Amino acid sequence: MRPDSDALVLLNRLPGVRPAHSSGRRLRRISLLFIAIALVCLFLADLALYPTDPWRELGRIGWGFITPYWADSSTLLSALGQTVAFALLALIISIPLGLMLAVFYHWRPVRMLAAAVRSVHEIFWGLLFMQLYGLSATTGLLAILIPYTGVFAKVFAEMFDRQAPQPTLAVSPLSSRISRYAYTLIPQSLGEMRSYCRYRFECALRSSAILGFIGLPTLGFHLETAFKQGQYSEAAALLWVFFILIASIRFWLRGWLLPVYAALAIWLLPQSPPLGSSYAWQFISQDIWPRALQQGDLAGAAAWYWREFSQVAWPALLQTLYLTQIALVLTGVIALLCYPLASQAISGRALRWPGRLLLLIMRSTPEIMIAFILLLLLGPSGLPAVLALALHNGGLIAFLLANHSEQQPQRADDPKGINRYLYLHTPRLYPGFLAFLFYRWEVILRESAMMGILGIATIGFYIDSAFEEIRYDKAFFLIVVAAALNILIDSLSRRIRRRAGADLSAGVG
Amino acid sequence: MSVNADAAILFQLQQFDLTLGKHRVLHNINLTVRQGEKIAIIGPSGAGKSSLLEVLYRQQPQQIALCPQQGGLVDMLSVYNNIFMGGLERHSSVYNLLNLIRSFNTPRAEIQQLCNELGLEDKLWHSPDRLSGGQRQRVAVGRALYRQQPVFLGDEPVSALDPLQAENILQLLINRHNTLLVSLHNRRLALAHFDRVLALRAGELVYDGPAAALTSNDLDAFYAS
Repeated sequence: MRPDSDALVLLNRLPGVRPAHSSGRRLRRISLLFIAIALVCLFLADLALYPTDPWRELGRIGWGFITPYWADSSTLLSALGQTVAFALLALIISIPLGLMLAVFYHWRPVRMLAAAVRSVHEIFWGLLFMQLYGLSATTGLLAILIPYTGVFAKVFAEMFDRQAPQPTLAVSPLSSRISRYAYTLIPQSLGEMRSYCRYRFECALRSSAILGFIGLPTLGFHLETAFKQGQYSEAAALLWVFFILIASIRFWLRGWLLPVYAALAIWLLPQSPPLGSSYAWQFISQDIWPRALQQGDLAGAAAWYWREFSQVAWPALLQTLYLTQIALVLTGVIALLCYPLASQAISGRALRWPGRLLLLIMRSTPEIMIAFILLLLLGPSGLPAVLALALHNGGLIAFLLANHSEQQPQRADDPKGINRYLYLHTPRLYPGFLAFLFYRWEVILRESAMMGILGIATIGFYIDSAFEEIRYDKAFFLIVVAAALNILIDSLSRRIRRRAGADLSAGVG
Repeated sequence: MSVNADAAILFQLQQFDLTLGKHRVLHNINLTVRQGEKIAIIGPSGAGKSSLLEVLYRQQPQQIALCPQQGGLVDMLSVYNNIFMGGLERHSSVYNLLNLIRSFNTPRAEIQQLCNELGLEDKLWHSPDRLSGGQRQRVAVGRALYRQQPVFLGDEPVSALDPLQAENILQLLINRHNTLLVSLHNRRLALAHFDRVLALRAGELVYDGPAAALTSNDLDAFYAS
C-alpha cells in the first residue's frame, strides 16, 4: 500500500523519531494520548448537569417520534423543496469551482484560500451573509457553496495525487496545465469524484437543513419552531421526512435528471433582493473593522484586538477545544461499539438492517438537532454538545467501518461473534478508523464552535451574540480566530496521521 | 545508417548511480547518445531498463515521445482522445476542452489515418478498457506517434503484439523518429532493427556496442544468470 509506505519513509526522515518495532504499539500510544487529553478536559470543560426532570420530557419526545404528524402538507413540501434546492444548487456551483482550485492546488495562495474558506462553518458564513443579503437565496447558497468549494478543492487535489503518473508522462510537459489535467488526472479520478460528490450531497442536505436554525426557510427552521413549542409529533414528522430524503438519495439522484432538478431548484428558491454592492463594500471596508483601525489609530486597534482576544476569544477557544477533545474520543468509542451492529460479517443477517437503520438515523440527524433535543433534557452546558457531536460523528464513522468490515476477506475457520470482532475486524480496521477519526477532528472542532448558537459557551456563542449586538468588528475577529484554530488542528491532524502510519486512500471530509 | 560521430549529443550519463531506498537500481552507467541513433536496450527483467529510460526522459522531456510500460492510457476517455492527448501542446486549452465534448474534424482525420496504420481503424470510439492487451499497446504507440517528436523512448512498446505486427509497428516508429531508445525482450527484433545495443544486468551496463557485432548467442549470454 503506497500511503502507508510513504508515511514510513517520512517517519524515518523526521529527526528524533525511530521507526517503531510494532505498528500496533504506535497506534495504541496515539490513542492513549488522546484518551488522556480527553480525561483532563473532562475536568476543565463546563459539563454541569442541571437538575431537570428529563424523563417526562424524554417520554413526550419519544412518543412524538413514533407518532409523527403534520397538518399542513404544503409548508412541509415547500421546506423540503427549499432544503434540496439550496443543497443542489450550491453543489452545482461549488464542484466546478473546487475542481478549478484543485488543478492549481500546487500554488500556495490557492491552498491557503481553500483552507481559509473551509475553516469557517456554514452557519457562520450564513450569519455573515445575512447581514448583507438578509434571509435570501443568496445568503443560503453562498453559506454552503463557499466552504464546500474549499473542501472539494482539497479532496480533489488529494485524489489527483493518488492517480498513476504514467498518462501524465506520456503527454507533453509543454501543454497547458488545464489541458493536461482535463485529459489525464481528471478523467482518471472521475469515478472517485462521482462517489465523493454523492456523499457530499448528503452533507449539503444537512448543511441546508441546519441553516434553518438561523432563519432560512429550510427544514431546520420548522424543526426549531416545533421543538421550541413542544410539538414533538410535528418535529418528528420533519425528521422522518429528512431521514427518508437521505436514505432515498440513490434512487432519485440521477445524472440525467440533474438539469430538471436544477431548473426546479432555481424556481423554488425564495425571492432574492438584487445584490447591492454599495452596502457590501461598506461592510467589508468599514463595519468589520474596529473603530480605532478605521480612524488609523493602530495602537488603539492593537489594544482593542488584545482585549477581545484575552477576555473573550481565548477563554471561548479553550472551552471549544475541551469539548472537541472529549467529543473526539467519545466519537471513537461510539464508532467502535456501533459498527459491528451494521456489519453482517460480525452480527449476522438478522441484526444488519436494524443496525443500518440506527446508524442512518445517527449520521443523518444533524448534530445541532441532537444537541437541541439534549439541551431541553439536560440543561445548558457543554454536555449536550459533546453527546450530540459524538452520536452524529460516531454514527458516521461506524457506517464507514461497517462497510469496510463487510469487504474483509473471510475464511471458513475464522472465529465468530465477539471474538471475530475483537481479534479480526477491529485490529484490521483500526488504522483506517484512526484516519477517519482524525479526518473528523477539524470537523468536530468546527461543529463544536458552531454549537454556540444554541447558547453553549463555545466561541460560536460569542460570535452569535456579537452579530445580535451589531458588533460586526467583534464577530468578524472571533470568526477569524476560530478559523485559525481550525487550520491549526487540520495541519496537526495531517501530521499525526502521517506519523502514526494511519492514513487512508479514501478521502473522507 | 551509421551515425555521424559529430552529431549533437542528446543524452549523457557519467558514472551515474541511482538508488531508491536501499535498492541500487543503476550503477556506474556511462552513456552518450547522439542524434540519429537507433538503440535497443536489452536485459532480464529487473535489470534497470525502465529506470534508465526514465532517467533519460528527465533530461529532455520537451522533445521526447515517451511510451511507458503500462501505456499510461486513461480508461475514461476514447481511443481517439487517448491519442489526441499526445498533441495537447499544439492547441489552446479552450480547443482541447471543446475537443473533449466534440471532436474537431482536423485531428479526427489525422487520428483516423494513424489508427488505420496501427490496425485500429474501427476502434476510434472504444474506450481502452474494452480493448485487448495488444490493442491497448498500439493505442499507446499511437499517442507517442501523435506527439510528433524527434526522439522516441519506449519501454517494451511492442511486447504484447504478434511477431509480424511487432515488426511493422517497430518499423513505423523507426520511420517517424530520428532518434530511438527502445527496451525490448525480443532479441531478434533488437538485432534486426537497431544499430546499437545496450545490455543491462543488475543495474550495470554490460554491453554497449554495434548491433552488427552481436550474434544471437552473445545475446543469450546477457540473459544467463
